[in-house]
Amino acid sequence: MLSAKNSKREIASLLIKGGQVIDPAEKINAPMDVLLREGRVAEIALPNKIRGSADERFDARGLVVAPGFIDLHVHLREPGQSYKETIASGTAAAAAGGFTSVCTMPNTDPVVDSAEWVAWLRHPERGAVVNVFPIAAATRSSRGAALTDFAALQRAGAVAVTDDGKPILEDEVMRAALRLGAELNLPVVQHAEDTRMTEGCSMNEGATSFRLGLRGMPSAAEANIVDRDVNLAQQIRESRLHVAHLSTSDALKAVRRGKRGKARVTCEVTPHHFTLLDADVGEYNTNFKMNPPLRSAADREAILVALADGTVDAIATDHAPHAAHEKQVEFERASFGITGLETALALALTKLHREQKISLARVVELFTAGPARVFDLRGRGSLARGNFGDVTIFDPKKRWTFEAAKSRSLSRNTPFDGWQFTGKVVATVVGGKMVYRAE
Amino acid sequence: MNTAARGSLLGIEHIDEKEIVGLLKLARRMNPLKARPLLRNKRIVLLFYEASTRTRSSFEVAAKSLGAMTVLVLSSGSSIEKGESLLDTGYTLRGVGADAIVIRHPSAGAPHLIAKHLDIPVINAGDGMHEHPSQALLDAFTILKRKKSIKGLQVGIIGDIYHSRVARSACHLLTKLGAKVILCGPPELVPELAATLAPGLRLTRHIEEALRGTDVVMLLRVQKERLAGQKIGLQDYIARYQMNAARLKLARRDAIVMHPGPIIRGLELTSEVVDGPQSVIQEEVHNGVPVRMAILARALGKAK
Repeated sequence: MLSAKNSKREIASLLIKGGQVIDPAEKINAPMDVLLREGRVAEIALPNKIRGSADERFDARGLVVAPGFIDLHVHLREPGQSYKETIASGTAAAAAGGFTSVCTMPNTDPVVDSAEWVAWLRHPERGAVVNVFPIAAATRSSRGAALTDFAALQRAGAVAVTDDGKPILEDEVMRAALRLGAELNLPVVQHAEDTRMTEGCSMNEGATSFRLGLRGMPSAAEANIVDRDVNLAQQIRESRLHVAHLSTSDALKAVRRGKRGKARVTCEVTPHHFTLLDADVGEYNTNFKMNPPLRSAADREAILVALADGTVDAIATDHAPHAAHEKQVEFERASFGITGLETALALALTKLHREQKISLARVVELFTAGPARVFDLRGRGSLARGNFGDVTIFDPKKRWTFEAAKSRSLSRNTPFDGWQFTGKVVATVVGGKMVYRAE
Repeated sequence: MNTAARGSLLGIEHIDEKEIVGLLKLARRMNPLKARPLLRNKRIVLLFYEASTRTRSSFEVAAKSLGAMTVLVLSSGSSIEKGESLLDTGYTLRGVGADAIVIRHPSAGAPHLIAKHLDIPVINAGDGMHEHPSQALLDAFTILKRKKSIKGLQVGIIGDIYHSRVARSACHLLTKLGAKVILCGPPELVPELAATLAPGLRLTRHIEEALRGTDVVMLLRVQKERLAGQKIGLQDYIARYQMNAARLKLARRDAIVMHPGPIIRGLELTSEVVDGPQSVIQEEVHNGVPVRMAILARALGKAK
């Protein structure tokens, strides 16, 4: 595929030839060639129409060439928890999963609640191989009380604010956050969970939790907060609310209400929530424990409908690596979260495209134009000329088996070990440079 | 390792009727007063992360009656207190030479976790709100001393079902053996979800309905602290659900009254009922020993 030259060397131009370009933002779904030069999209044209030479050529026949995928929700665990993941290892996993940009959550140790930490995350010394967009804490130490300095965080490079892992419960604090966000055009991301209803809970409330003797989180714990937040977003002009990892049918209703009412409300859904059910927890398998938890069949069905009909803006992984010793414990004591960067596209293609018959263009939109709009990532999410040279190339028909042991992540906490998929990332290009190629 | 070793007993849900009947038959042949050294030279560790009187002492007596050596490990006064994980404790006990582990733990699924990682049988002696299989078996054993068969019996289970591992195991066992089971209590303690536990379970809020024509009345302990802050208060519970002599008359004349203990006289039942002729509460405790002998004999492959 790539010609003989050393692919690791900085290359000035790369011609991706013969692929099917799917770029929903530009309404393109056709065989086209793409020329990247100096880190940007230099030209996109019908096959064999691009003149002149390129330093490198990539033969994309039979493959889909898409704008680089954007993940709005990852935990790369730095600073402070590098035994779970580092920015280097997490972005390597992102590249292997076809992601060219990831937005990192601030619930690290310490919490990313200052401009200094935002800058630290973006420093070249972290060794990121894909673009890293920090999401900063919305309140100091994410304690849910005093707001952080949104303006300073934004200047340092934060693309949104959140207290992810914890919700902002107090109405007044959430109102203030949305107000300040509105002034700065900065989205406020909410982990919607009324923790007053979920104390001691480790999975979804339902027949499975009752059978296993585990305390269950009611879906109302999510829906109530989304409902409240949508109301606030409607009251505060220009405010931007983004609902993280939405998992219930009732929360979707609130999002739909907000969207109809012209509030600037967006939401993301994870691959595990559109794939798995609470019953899949089986006999206390901690790789099926995450927050929000896996939900009921009715919730999953509602999510699948919303993915197809456009209500959901983005697929986000909520990649949450944990060390083995944090998962190989009693279910109730196990950490919440699973890894997800390397299985997201495969799950979307297998579950959404092949099983649910959602078009490839819509699936690509959920990874590209959709998330780019949510956080205003200018110059990304589309292959329009002049945009950043971020490209994801995948084979929608390739059958393969995911092996957790071969993951680039430092952690192995995935429920998808050994799963057979149809659809695989072939190459990931960031700023015109190939950062991942399938063996 | 991904599956529990042969002989493990993690719950009633995943064992079939044949196995249950087999264990009950085996228990009938077990007599703690006539020692049979079936488990001579076997080391059985009783790993208790939670307080227990009945279960612990009866497992210990059962093991010793079969000639096994027992080692009691409590969470206080062991390395568990120093922060050792459940799995590491399991590996340590295996290293010491345990042939089987009997575990009581406040966290649901804890026995499953060590069973998955150890090559020796693990017996669940109660895990959180999940299951308490030996209690369900001894209850079935007790019923069968008084009734010909469990099939077709009507059983009313009254009290705090939500928090009860005894109730979950009993529901699985009794429905597997063909009893008609009615769950009864206020929504805080008996949520609608409870009826999804096993096929054929019914649910009622009225104790009269749970008692009328019933062969077996199974009461569960109600913890005061669990009623605190709930919509239903202590006095309200007593008024609506306490088992007293008058209510017991609604059940069949030959109905028996069961309770896994510890009982709280004056709360879920009156002293009259505890000490009355229909109560088999003491028998249950007594029957714990032969039933646990059967469980241990089966665990270590000596089920002859």
